[in-house]
Amino acid sequence: MTKPKKDTLVQTGEAVGIIAAQSIGEPGTQMTMRTFHYAGVAEQVPTGLPRLIEIVDARKTAKKPLMDIYLKHEYANNEEKARAFAESIEGLTLASVAYLEEDFATKKITITIDEEVAKEEGLQISEIVKIIKKLIANATQEKNVVTLKPRTSNLRSLRRLSNKLKALHVKGVPNISRAMILRGPKGFFVRTGGSNLAEVLKREEIDGPALYTNDIKEVEKTLGIEAARNAIVHEINQVLSLQGLDVDVRHLMLLADAMCASGSIKSIGRHGLSGEKAGILARAAFEETLKHLINASVRGEEDKLIGVTENIIIGQTIPVGTGLVRLVMKRTADKKKEAKEEKEE
Amino acid sequence: MAIEKMISHIKFSLFSPEMVRKLSAEKLLVPDTYNEDGYPIDGGLVDQRLGVIDPGLRCKTCGGRMRSCPGHFGHIELVRPVIHPEFSRVIYVLLKSTCQHCHHILVKKRQRSVVKKKVKKGEVVPGAADLGIITSKEEAVKALESADEAEAPILGSVPLKDAEKVKKVAICAKCDKPQAIVSFVKPSAFYLGKKQLLPSDVRDWLADIPNEELQELGFDPVYARPEWAIITALLVPPVTVRPSITLETGDRSEDDLTHKLVDIMRINQRLEANINAGAPQLIIEDLWELLQYHVTTYFNNETANIPPARHRSGRPLKTLSQRLKGKEGRFRYNLSGKRVNFSARTVISPDPNISINEVGVPMMVAEEMTIPINVTDWNIEACKKLILSEDYPKALYVLRTDGKRAKVTEKTKQEISDNLTSGSIIERQLCDGDTVLFNRQPSLHRISIMRHKVRVMPGKSFRLNLVVTPPYNADFDGDEMNLHVPQTDEARVEAELLMSVEGQVISPRHGHAIIKPQEDFVSGAYFMTRDATEFTREQACQLLAIANITNLPEPDRGQKYSGRLLFSELLPKDLNLKIKSKLGEVIEIKNGLLLKGSLEARAYENELIEKIFHMHGDQAVRTFLDSSTRMCIFGVTLHGFSVDVSNYTIGEESVKKMEAVASKARKEVDGLVMQFKNKTLERLPGRSLRETLEEKIMAILSRARDASGQIIEKDLGMDNNAIIMAKIGARGSILNAIQMSAMVGQQAVRGKRLTRGYGSRPLLHFKKKSLGADAHGFVSSCFKIGLTPQEFFFHSMGGRESLVNTAIRTARSGYMQRRLINALQDMVVQSDRSVRDSRGVLIQYTFGGDGADPKEVGASRQALEKVGEELEPDD
Repeated sequence: MTKPKKDTLVQTGEAVGIIAAQSIGEPGTQMTMRTFHYAGVAEQVPTGLPRLIEIVDARKTAKKPLMDIYLKHEYANNEEKARAFAESIEGLTLASVAYLEEDFATKKITITIDEEVAKEEGLQISEIVKIIKKLIANATQEKNVVTLKPRTSNLRSLRRLSNKLKALHVKGVPNISRAMILRGPKGFFVRTGGSNLAEVLKREEIDGPALYTNDIKEVEKTLGIEAARNAIVHEINQVLSLQGLDVDVRHLMLLADAMCASGSIKSIGRHGLSGEKAGILARAAFEETLKHLINASVRGEEDKLIGVTENIIIGQTIPVGTGLVRLVMKRTADKKKEAKEEKEE
Repeated sequence: MAIEKMISHIKFSLFSPEMVRKLSAEKLLVPDTYNEDGYPIDGGLVDQRLGVIDPGLRCKTCGGRMRSCPGHFGHIELVRPVIHPEFSRVIYVLLKSTCQHCHHILVKKRQRSVVKKKVKKGEVVPGAADLGIITSKEEAVKALESADEAEAPILGSVPLKDAEKVKKVAICAKCDKPQAIVSFVKPSAFYLGKKQLLPSDVRDWLADIPNEELQELGFDPVYARPEWAIITALLVPPVTVRPSITLETGDRSEDDLTHKLVDIMRINQRLEANINAGAPQLIIEDLWELLQYHVTTYFNNETANIPPARHRSGRPLKTLSQRLKGKEGRFRYNLSGKRVNFSARTVISPDPNISINEVGVPMMVAEEMTIPINVTDWNIEACKKLILSEDYPKALYVLRTDGKRAKVTEKTKQEISDNLTSGSIIERQLCDGDTVLFNRQPSLHRISIMRHKVRVMPGKSFRLNLVVTPPYNADFDGDEMNLHVPQTDEARVEAELLMSVEGQVISPRHGHAIIKPQEDFVSGAYFMTRDATEFTREQACQLLAIANITNLPEPDRGQKYSGRLLFSELLPKDLNLKIKSKLGEVIEIKNGLLLKGSLEARAYENELIEKIFHMHGDQAVRTFLDSSTRMCIFGVTLHGFSVDVSNYTIGEESVKKMEAVASKARKEVDGLVMQFKNKTLERLPGRSLRETLEEKIMAILSRARDASGQIIEKDLGMDNNAIIMAKIGARGSILNAIQMSAMVGQQAVRGKRLTRGYGSRPLLHFKKKSLGADAHGFVSSCFKIGLTPQEFFFHSMGGRESLVNTAIRTARSGYMQRRLINALQDMVVQSDRSVRDSRGVLIQYTFGGDGADPKEVGASRQALEKVGEELEPDD
């Protein structure tokens, strides 16, 4: 069914923001809380309402990041090659190949590398030592045991250093804890637990444009804000369609655009979009009432009453829809005056 | 009603003590309220100059009476200044960023290293010792003795053990003096080094900071000098803000704020008396601190680190901050949300015979609620008639041209009617056809409030057409709904144009119908349009008449009329459609004639309703829904449609098949468990052996239920009412049927089989560490036969999880929606089609990339969804 385009346009003044918010919020009550296990990744990936809240909150670290890495033809159709690739990107930390011990008396850290495990993972001990030395030069090696004498005298910083060492990345791609090959309609692809776009993108084997991650923050970091916006739209769409809920994309786009309008991802809530609104009254009415009033008074701030909440509070028409329209009328006196002027001309 | 004056902006600032005194109607001196006669004490906290709350008294400031006097502020002169606790953070920042000697901004702190160098060179730098720098040989020797460090304490160095302490010490660029550390102890104590700064010291310090430098620090010195945050004159709110209540016993009970103010005044007086009597400094400081405490709790009784002030009963007092804060605070409870008049609320009940845009209003409500009518020369006679009327509908009040309001009573009505002039306003009772707004909470989206037309009815409930049930998410199990009567022409017109039910048939959320057939209406539509359905001439006439159609078409089945033919009479003549239905049939409509196929829920709502809406507009949809509801329901009534136990009873053969399915599943599970125990089970990628087992068991058991579903569908067949309802989308699902007549299936908690319990089993009826199907929540019985006690328990476990989840979900999604709305509410389409927020920040160049309204484009929006799919990997 076709209508002329002009009949399908949104009207000026339409409160598209509120409609979008309602359209996304209302189905929230119908969503399940269940987690969903993606084939292959051992962890449970949140879906439904928790995931939606996570996206909207723009959390720094997504709960369970994952990537789908699609491969170039020669890899996608060759299980051997695909498997080799998957193994090569699986990240390993020092803690998984070595045993660390802090000696608080002598303020030393001893790292005992498990030769067998290292061999299994195809790692040379010298390689590992090299990586350790990059972090701390003051290391002495004796066969598979590395001893560190850090300069700090502080026990706490010693502990901190030890933890840092444990998380030291020794092989593969950092942050990728697990990689496995799965068969898709276009051959094999790799699904990873953990996400690292920047590093994986450098790899020759992959089909770059098809690379997928569910970590929106990372998309922002490596591909930029426009990509992040698309990622938000895509992720919310995924959540909703998985639950069989139907929401027009335009609403999701508005939400994503609002979150990204400033150039970086802003969360929905007091620390993000709502906290940066123009109106003092609007902010006070949302959350942290006192804080906003106190700060406004010290700074001698002015509320220009341009938002919806502010005008509701003081009881004036809200600047939305029909409330946006002002009528200008010429008074009879003015009309007469004008007519007179015209006559004179 | 034009708004003559508008507020253009609101400025926030601090009150200076002078300003407080100017604002004040009275300096309060007596820490008490009423005398023995119950009369306000002069100079007390309810002094009549602060306004009156007792009937009969007059305000001594404005002369107004109880309601007309808005109340006036008073003030208390504090003998000693006190820090405003809410500003202590700000004060702390100021103290830290200004010099403690000259009170100028500490710009470009001179670093220790500079001083160190100078000392090394032998220069004498004032204050170097304060920086922890060793300035003399003697000091160096002393430091060496106590040092356990390898680093030798030499001239110009800092002993390591002091290093952390003096790291932050800076030197003022203006006066060259080093700064001791200013520390802040919540909520209102400041220390300079170890010495406490009294509020008076702080005030003098802050008062000394020059205006220009305050601006640099983000203050507006004209409206907010920082020393004003130290209170010397405390503003006392009018009594109207803190009214006392009279109990039944005749005792007065004062407001929490008044109590707190009494405390402040008492301590203030004691402090004054002690100062005048020359009491020791210690006692004065104690009282001063007590005064600080009372002022602190007066502003905020939830201040961190201090005990809240309590009522005699132990209940914490509700002071100023508590009045503003949170969901029940002034902002959210009274300012963002307001109570209204002209509203009604009662239980709703269904009525398929009224139009979708009508609401049945009980007489009781209609008689109580009014609509203002302007009296003009043209309607004055009608108005008089309403005034004189004996019974409904009549006018209840008259607003005369002089602004006086008169109640129409038996005695006064003749006089009022005679004196009625055009220009006055009468308030008449609610009548048929009046515009009202109808609402059901929670109002999650805009279609939770719609405009209806009044239809006055007997009874005591609001009547609602079933078809408008989905947008309100209403049912009739005791739901109540609210009704509001718009009072101005402007409001009525806007409601009619923007909020009418018929205009909301398509939801803006997804562009599909939201006002759509429900339950029996769907069954009715299906029966009307089934191949076999035909009616006699008499029945056909009834069906058409009930749908308001006066034209009887030629019979198409000999003497009889097919259901489709009659249903087609409701369709617009230019409707053409060819779709595949949910039942797999082809539905074909040509020129408004239903040729093939029977209607089910989805075809009805997604095709018929939407098409009619887009082609012929809201009124056509309304009449279509009205008449098709009536025809379909009448049609199905002729036929009769119901379900009972027999609809869920399967044949003996099927029961046997079912048992086979269940036992086969059990065997398969046992086989898997065996494999698991022998370690011959093959691990799935990325899973542990145990996880693999669980996953496979779950797969087997859910397959078992699916298999039983097929058996059931086959057994019960398409002429079973229960199955029909499920298939056409009227009510229920195949799953319901399976659970009732075949098996309930695997119960789960957190998406896994039931595992919690002692000895690795959920119930002690099973062997320890058993992994079998029955031990972990597989329910093979059906609801009809009944569950075994164990199964019943398992089912309750699963049931509890879903109850808990629902409770949590509503809270969480409610908060999310509040945040979403708050973040997006200012975004509006501008005249240039861009979307901007209230500050004018550009959000989108065109809404949704194409400027299209989701409600208008409906099903044709697929093209756009591609944009969202760009990221989709191409599998």
